[in-house]
Amino acid sequence: MKKIAKLGQIALLSTAMSTMATAGTLVINSDTSDPAPKAAFAEIIAQFEKENPDITVKYNLYDHEAYKTTIRNWLVTSPPDVVHWYAGNRMKAFVDRGLFEDVSDLWAENNMQDTFATAAPAMTIDGKQWGVPFTYYQWGVYYRKDLFEKHGIGEPTTWDEFLAACATLKENSIAPVSIGTKYLWTAAGWFDYLNLRTNGLEFHMDLMDGKVPYTDDRVRATFANWAELVEPGYFLENHASYSWQEAQPFLYNGEAAMYLIGNFITPNFPEELEGKMGFFQFPQINPEVGMFEDAPMDTLHIPSKAKNKEDARRYLAFMAREDNQTKINGALLQIPPHKDAQAADNYFLDKGVAMLGSADGTAQFYDRDTDPAMAKEGMKGFQEFMVYPDRIDAILERLEKVRQRTFK
Amino acid sequence: MAQSSPQIGLPDSRPSTRRKWRPTVIAPWLFLAPAMIVFFVYVIYPVFDSIWLSFFDWDGLGDKTWIGLDNYRELFDSDTFWKAFSNNLLWLVLFMLAPPCGLAIALFLNQQVAGIRAVKALFFFPFVISQVVVGLVFSWFYDPNFGLLNEAIVFFGGDPIAILADEKLVTYGIIAAGLWPQIAYCMILYLTGLNNLNGEQIEAAQLDNAKGWKMLWYIVIPQLSPATFIAIVVTVIGALRSFDLVATMTAGGPWGSSTVLAYMMYEEAIFNYRMGYGAAVAVVLFLIMDIYIAYFLWRMVKSEK
Repeated sequence: MKKIAKLGQIALLSTAMSTMATAGTLVINSDTSDPAPKAAFAEIIAQFEKENPDITVKYNLYDHEAYKTTIRNWLVTSPPDVVHWYAGNRMKAFVDRGLFEDVSDLWAENNMQDTFATAAPAMTIDGKQWGVPFTYYQWGVYYRKDLFEKHGIGEPTTWDEFLAACATLKENSIAPVSIGTKYLWTAAGWFDYLNLRTNGLEFHMDLMDGKVPYTDDRVRATFANWAELVEPGYFLENHASYSWQEAQPFLYNGEAAMYLIGNFITPNFPEELEGKMGFFQFPQINPEVGMFEDAPMDTLHIPSKAKNKEDARRYLAFMAREDNQTKINGALLQIPPHKDAQAADNYFLDKGVAMLGSADGTAQFYDRDTDPAMAKEGMKGFQEFMVYPDRIDAILERLEKVRQRTFK
Repeated sequence: MAQSSPQIGLPDSRPSTRRKWRPTVIAPWLFLAPAMIVFFVYVIYPVFDSIWLSFFDWDGLGDKTWIGLDNYRELFDSDTFWKAFSNNLLWLVLFMLAPPCGLAIALFLNQQVAGIRAVKALFFFPFVISQVVVGLVFSWFYDPNFGLLNEAIVFFGGDPIAILADEKLVTYGIIAAGLWPQIAYCMILYLTGLNNLNGEQIEAAQLDNAKGWKMLWYIVIPQLSPATFIAIVVTVIGALRSFDLVATMTAGGPWGSSTVLAYMMYEEAIFNYRMGYGAAVAVVLFLIMDIYIAYFLWRMVKSEK
């Protein structure tokens, strides 16, 4: 209760803050509160103000969780001029309710269909574009090269090789895969990849949109592949006790060898492991299915009730520029969606850029692609499956019930 | 306010102004007004608004759709709800350990020894720190990798157990964490109670040769009944509104097996964007609390008569 009251206060406060803004003032609400992104945006905004002396930017920072809940309050009441948000279903939820401004004109003026060709599908609903992406990152398997070498394992490219690698590591008392599922979403990474590799992107998106039952045989096939990892105990023991951060030390101290996660893990690698950490693409399972990837994208939008849409458009155009995309992603250590912008020179980013460049298609991530209520229950099911794989029937029936209710 | 206060209690108020302007009539209401306004805005209105909301399908953004009792139908058909409900009952039952434990510690601490104040402060400490901190401390204590509990279990030759990742043990683990500050709270209530014991009664009992358990059971505990009453009320309420610990220690996990009604309400309304359904959970929780509140109010009225 206390927490909810507090959120209410934050909402009220932010409403007050955004109403105080006048013409010439651009209000931006953002959840980039981690140290590196915070510094990066401070710099980019100073640059924007320098180029546009007539605009004063007011930059409001929120922590991630509070942001996700309060954004709904001010979007319907008195929104800022620009908001940070995410592509996929998260964006669609606001577009469907008419809360985001159509910015197709901005895309046309700045030739963005060409320069943002790879990101365009994720930003397009009903043939219109609803925002500007500023960064994305790859998912894949981060692993200990030294441990692989020591036990004579190569980078697995097929499912059989991957299973063999896990078996070898397990024999040598190393947990093959580190994971912390306390906050659920890490398990969804595994589901995404197993489902994408088993059934492909089209089926995956149909499932995310609630068009396919969870009790479908193809979903069962995905879980059958997953069981090949769960049943022999290839995942870190007691993973439900750890957050994703708490599961990292197992990888760093050599008790675990692999970690399927997003590129945001790389700044955390300890210095003494320099050169010992590697990255490989999630292995192929079904050769007839293309290599699809998870590549979550962070975006900027103009709320439809914004007061200063003109300056907001200037800011979005500014953020869509090649040089600024290069700059912001250099600081974030992520990949710019602009095709001519350069990702920072970094081993993992190079791999990610190459991998996503040749990908057959991308998804955002389970909890960004499907409805929030479905995502929450789905991820609980994944976590339970990773501990009790024999409960698969009960889990899938439960998820099917949620799907029918959510997508009625 | 300052002008009106000296007039309060003046013996010879003029009868002519008695009905209208007598400050003794208005002043109490003026003093009560801030509290009443706040109470109405933050308690009474939300209660009725929640009840109203629980008949709608609403995501917190778009239009509300009237769906009658559908939220409740779904609720009583949902495994999560019954899991949360039974966990709430478990909380209630096990939390009842807090008053007797608090009494035991209070009796132990109620002696005149040098340094007893410092010891009392130490026992009271868990009640002062935030629930979130209690939750964090206990999740480290239970950590299967480096937690103190598992170090101890391994030292005595057992296998480490991940209490917070085990669907059967997790609720007990969280309740144990919750009992820690709750016992301290009850202890403080009893300590104040013990200070107000009637010395004459105790002397009389001593003359009649009452000792030990008999003294405790027939002389001390009856005198502590106001403290016991409060201790049980706060413990019942504490058990029903258990939220902070669940949120910090497990977030309701693993797979929802440690969730309680308060947390379920929060999760449905805030994360799953289902305000109406969340409100229905809140209404059920409210009704359960009402049973206790009504019982205690009834007892209080009866004892005052």
